[in-house]
Amino acid sequence: MGTEIQEPIIQLERVDVQLGGRVILHNIGLSIQPGEFIVILGPNGAGKTTFLKLLLGLIQPASGSVRVLGQTPKVGSHLIGYAPQHRVFDSELPLRGRDLVGFGLDGHRWGIGLPSRSRREKIDQALKEVDGLELADAPFGQLSGGEQQRLLIAQALLTDPRLLILDEPLANLDLSYQQDVVALIDKVCRTRGATILLVAHDINPLLQVADRVLYMARGHSAIGSPEEVITESNLTQLYGSPVQVVHTLGRYFVVGAEV
Amino acid sequence: MFAIFQYPFIQNAFIAGSIVATVAAVLGYFLIVRGLSFAGHALSSIGFAGAAGAILLGVSPVYGLMVFTVTASIAISILGREVRERDVATGVIMTFALGLGILFLSLYHGYAEQAYSILFGTIVGVSRDDVVFTFVLGLILLIMIAIIGRPLLFSSFDAELAETRGVPVRALGSIFLILIALTISITTQVVGILLVFALLIGPPATAIRLVHQPLRAIALAIILGLTYTWLGILLGGNSPWPVSFFITALSFGVYLPVRLFSKGIDSKRSAKGLEKLSITDSVLESQKDRND
Repeated sequence: MGTEIQEPIIQLERVDVQLGGRVILHNIGLSIQPGEFIVILGPNGAGKTTFLKLLLGLIQPASGSVRVLGQTPKVGSHLIGYAPQHRVFDSELPLRGRDLVGFGLDGHRWGIGLPSRSRREKIDQALKEVDGLELADAPFGQLSGGEQQRLLIAQALLTDPRLLILDEPLANLDLSYQQDVVALIDKVCRTRGATILLVAHDINPLLQVADRVLYMARGHSAIGSPEEVITESNLTQLYGSPVQVVHTLGRYFVVGAEV
Repeated sequence: MFAIFQYPFIQNAFIAGSIVATVAAVLGYFLIVRGLSFAGHALSSIGFAGAAGAILLGVSPVYGLMVFTVTASIAISILGREVRERDVATGVIMTFALGLGILFLSLYHGYAEQAYSILFGTIVGVSRDDVVFTFVLGLILLIMIAIIGRPLLFSSFDAELAETRGVPVRALGSIFLILIALTISITTQVVGILLVFALLIGPPATAIRLVHQPLRAIALAIILGLTYTWLGILLGGNSPWPVSFFITALSFGVYLPVRLFSKGIDSKRSAKGLEKLSITDSVLESQKDRND
């Protein structure tokens, strides 16, 4: 990593977001450097998904400024790879693994996409990176949760994004599989020098790879290293009610609040 | 047997039938994938009311059909986002539409053949003008689906991601329903309103059971649809039984065994793919099944 001063890949200043008259995000200010692995934590309804939608250009702030990759966020940017949360796929889905992954490349383009060798190679390349080549021709709906997750990551990587946003990719995965997926994401993004924003409910599987933690609760946020952010005083302030943090065995246990 | 092809009305039936079978197979694939088969059924019943009303007014039934189905599809797009709501609402509207159609027909004191042909199709009554109309409209529909097909497919399988990629998910859904309304209008000429499903749903539903890749599934659906139509015309032209019956019988007759036996094809295929994975993955998979 060089010592040049880089422009932040994400910069928010005094951002407020309102939806339906309710304040969802309040006075958010943060900046994220290229190549960082940021884990976003916090209870449901805290504004995490709203924050992601802000970065994706799907919603506008009521006040303040948002800059992603040096610009105001625009819908459909190829420099951002995104995997939404809670995606449920029918087990009888008439798509192969590689078809679903292929959507990430050109699913949004008009006209019939005729199969081409270069397209197939790009998809194969992404599949190889996630160790998912043998899953390519199986019906997607019949793959296990972990296998589907691997392919969904490949899908998000297809446009060679600078910023990868993964919303709860570890949900519904067995713990050992979570570790595999975390290691995979880390490896893939370090190789590409991409920035990662990963939303999770538990910091522990991610402690080895996370650079900083962005904790969001009740529309407020705190960003810093896990030791700095996951403290009793910080979380009590964020949640607005008593929270205890136990840091033992190299892990964090947050008690007294919905995580 | 093939002597019947010397007759112009059989030739017209053949050309119109081929166009309709192709368009219905392609549009029907998307209809199934988007889980909107019931909407297709509702639209054809609503179309029946439109066609019967047109006859009552002395206008060509195809236009009544088109006006009613396109209007209904726009209404469905505007009214319901929740699929569950749409299910009940369109069911209610559909039954009312059938009732209206029956009323119009009972008020009509002209030839009953026209009513019969809307309900069950008289492909052998297709004129040269009808063929031209069907060809032009069919071509427009195929061009439209060729343009919007890919983003439509994307938003059918993964609406949330498609939206972040800039796909106009809602607009595409509305446009698609209008295309379906028009497809139903031309398919009605061949098999009639009550049997539209034979060409709109049968071939693509069968193809989806056999093939997992979208372009190939659509190609197979077209082949099936054309086969049913051509065989139907051949058999119907050489016997006193109606063409629509043969088309429907073939469509259902092929779908049923494929449906019953395709589970076997699927599990064999996935077994092949999963064989190569480690034990850990199989253990995790059985864990997932337990949690489902």
